[in-house]
Amino acid sequence: MYKFLLCLRYLRTRYIALACIISVTLGVATMIVVNSVMSGFGHEMEERMQSMISDLVLESRGHAGFPGAEWHMDAIREVLGDDVVGMTPTVHVPALLDMQVGEQTITREIVLIGIDPKTSPSVSKLSEYMIHPENRDRLSFELREDGFGDRLPRSGWSHRRQRARRNKELAAIYGQQPAADAPEGAAAADEAAPAAAEVADVEAGPVDAGPVDAGWDAPPPADVAAGPLDDWGQEPQPEVFDPERQQNPGVVLGIALSSFRTPDGDERFLNVPGDDVKIAFWLTGMSQRTAVSSDFTIVDFSESKMSEYDARFVFVDIHELQRMRGMIDPTTGVANVSAIQMKLREGVDPNEARQKLQAYFPPQRYAASTWRDKQLPLLEAINMEMIILNILLFMIIAVAGFGILAIFSMIVVEKTKDIGVLKSLGASSGGVMSIFLGYGLSLGLVGSGGGMILGLLFVDNIDLVRRAVEYISGREVFDPTIYYFQEIPTLVEPLTVTWIVCGAMSIAVIASILPAMRAARLQPVEALRYE
Amino acid sequence: MNDKNSTATTSLDWTGSLPSRPAGGASPAAHPTMPAPHVHFPSAASSAAPSATTRATSEADTSAGQAQLSVTGIKKSYRKGPHEVRVLDGVDLEVYPGEFLAIVGQSGSGKSTLLHLLGTLDRPDAGEVYLGDERIDNISARQRDRLRNDYFGMIFQFYHLLPELTALENVLAPMMIRLSTLGYWTNARRLKRKARALLESVGLGHRIKHKPRELSGGEMQRAAIARALIAKPQVLLADEPTGNLDQETGAEIMHILRTLNREQGLTIIMVTHDAKIACQADRVVQLVSGRVEQVGSG
Ligand SMILES: Nc1ncnc2c1ncn2[C@@H]1O[C@H](COP(=O)(O)OP(=O)(O)O)[C@@H](O)[C@H]1O
Ligand SMILES: [Mg+2]
Repeated sequence: MYKFLLCLRYLRTRYIALACIISVTLGVATMIVVNSVMSGFGHEMEERMQSMISDLVLESRGHAGFPGAEWHMDAIREVLGDDVVGMTPTVHVPALLDMQVGEQTITREIVLIGIDPKTSPSVSKLSEYMIHPENRDRLSFELREDGFGDRLPRSGWSHRRQRARRNKELAAIYGQQPAADAPEGAAAADEAAPAAAEVADVEAGPVDAGPVDAGWDAPPPADVAAGPLDDWGQEPQPEVFDPERQQNPGVVLGIALSSFRTPDGDERFLNVPGDDVKIAFWLTGMSQRTAVSSDFTIVDFSESKMSEYDARFVFVDIHELQRMRGMIDPTTGVANVSAIQMKLREGVDPNEARQKLQAYFPPQRYAASTWRDKQLPLLEAINMEMIILNILLFMIIAVAGFGILAIFSMIVVEKTKDIGVLKSLGASSGGVMSIFLGYGLSLGLVGSGGGMILGLLFVDNIDLVRRAVEYISGREVFDPTIYYFQEIPTLVEPLTVTWIVCGAMSIAVIASILPAMRAARLQPVEALRYE
Repeated sequence: MNDKNSTATTSLDWTGSLPSRPAGGASPAAHPTMPAPHVHFPSAASSAAPSATTRATSEADTSAGQAQLSVTGIKKSYRKGPHEVRVLDGVDLEVYPGEFLAIVGQSGSGKSTLLHLLGTLDRPDAGEVYLGDERIDNISARQRDRLRNDYFGMIFQFYHLLPELTALENVLAPMMIRLSTLGYWTNARRLKRKARALLESVGLGHRIKHKPRELSGGEMQRAAIARALIAKPQVLLADEPTGNLDQETGAEIMHILRTLNREQGLTIIMVTHDAKIACQADRVVQLVSGRVEQVGSG
């Protein structure tokens, strides 16, 4: 009983102990904040990564893919049974994207992905990232009339028609052949219409799009004809393609390929849905490697907010791509796919499923990987960062532990006489020891409890804190355009918080063990001699 | 009964109720057994039973009766660098039940050392300490802790109250040490009443909630006495209880001690270097060069 009473009184009368408490508090609060933000970041990243990538992928190691998506899906169903709840075939091919902006051609390295709009939603949340609300419900590679929202006010068919008409007018004036996809220049979406028209006039005026386009439009017919099939080979049709009424095969660009920000932070677009782009990619099944270049019409942008995806992924209809790349067997009509994407039932271990697939499909030809495997370097990097930060921060608390050690030793010296008195009254060594251990524990308890509250409050109001810091420092602390996050993401993991609090408390207790043992060993006579 | 005794109205009247000392009452047997109604210290009510047995033995063989506490051939020395300072060099001493013994000697003669050995706060280099028939200088730490808690009461020259606790809490400290937390809580009200009564009986009823630093020296010593008494000790060890007090306050403290000794038959061993204080005891021994010399009755 006296232990608690004295412990409490020492706590209340020794304000120096407050210094220990504060350092423990700050350490714990910092750790909680940093961990919450880091895991919020990591979690958000994972969420975004995973929503774009399926749980599990069975890929062909070869460039040409494997034939018969249906057959493979049946086999997978046999291997995994109920564990797989959704499947969709995809075709991947590295490609080059060419965007005509004014006189310039902007080229980007991309991954061209053929997806099946019908089955894709059963595997990934890709369609949720579309800009057009109807595409979000049901992805279509047909260009929509309009309604792309405030960010893209002049897009879709309305924009395409208007632009085609103007190009025709310009062609009439300058006596040039109609440029099928003469660009609209920097079609900045938020520019006022007259201004945009002016810009377009100025820029489109001197454009000599003809020759360039001619180069684009005429892939060597021999190459295409050598392709195993397809009417795409006859694409340079005799009839004139009318951009006012017709669209090329639809394509969804990752939004970062087309958008950029001005130094003021305004969002601008190099091109918008309704504009045409060219994509060059490899054909398959050829004795000699050949690339073709085709026109596509942007039908939407996808915005996953993962810059890695948004700046690299371009989606087209899988059947279109299979046709263009010559992946369909002309005799059987069986199409090749690059991969089967799978969604697993909740709670199924993806690694286990991957192992089953790997055992079934010959590993020389097929690679099975989970989305984590795919993002391993990034995930590892985040993990590593977190571990190192935690080690560093825990050292802060360890420093606080040494503070406790020092201050406790002082308090024991100061309390020598009282310890002697307690012993003369019959207190045992263990009892005296537990006073100081309890003292350390309560310091740890108060310190880490306060730190926990402080940290959680901080995390809860992190945006408020950010704004306050920005206001005071006059600098932007968190630029949403860099991180693609509207708010600083946070995720409080109760287990982590528990660990931090327990760790801080054990440090406080460990630091008080030495002084407590010293107090316990004090001979009462020695202690009482002090005066 | 306990409660009745602990009320303020029955507290000790320091001037009036002292029984006159029997002439030549040096031996413990000279103390008459106090009937219960005469007992004024609340602690005495329940300590009456154990003290009855000690009284019985002392009555049986009067002055030559069995000692309550005794030491034989005690030696104690301290090392100071290469030199060994022999403080006690074969002390023999017997203390009888109900006796008020004063130990005098020069400063540094080893009085405190002897008292600490008696109170099991320290161990002798050689010799034995007996409590009745039982040797207590070689018992385990646990047993010594127990003994200090419920057999000995101690008061010191510098009071040694715990500065963080109020007077009342200081008085309660031995009980807190003795009882478990649960045991203390269930008895807290009774114990507090008792502690308050004890403080009142030593004339400190108005200073219950004060911290030691808000008390005068005399008041602190009174609180220390109350603390020493709450655990109903059989022997009170006092190390220069008046050493730090002015004459008048010292006299008051001595009065309390004498009253305790007479009314409850509490054995008191008091260390002092002041002959005037010592002569108020039943018997005085002197420590000279590490040995005890009988001086005689006070
Ligand atoms: N722990 C110790 N270490 C060294 N010397 C000590 C120690 N305790 C007591 N002494 C010495 O023993 C002698 C007796 O001390 P003490 O018993 O306190 O004397 P008294 O109480 O009679 O004044 C003193 O000379 C003192 O210096
Ligand atoms: Mg002394």
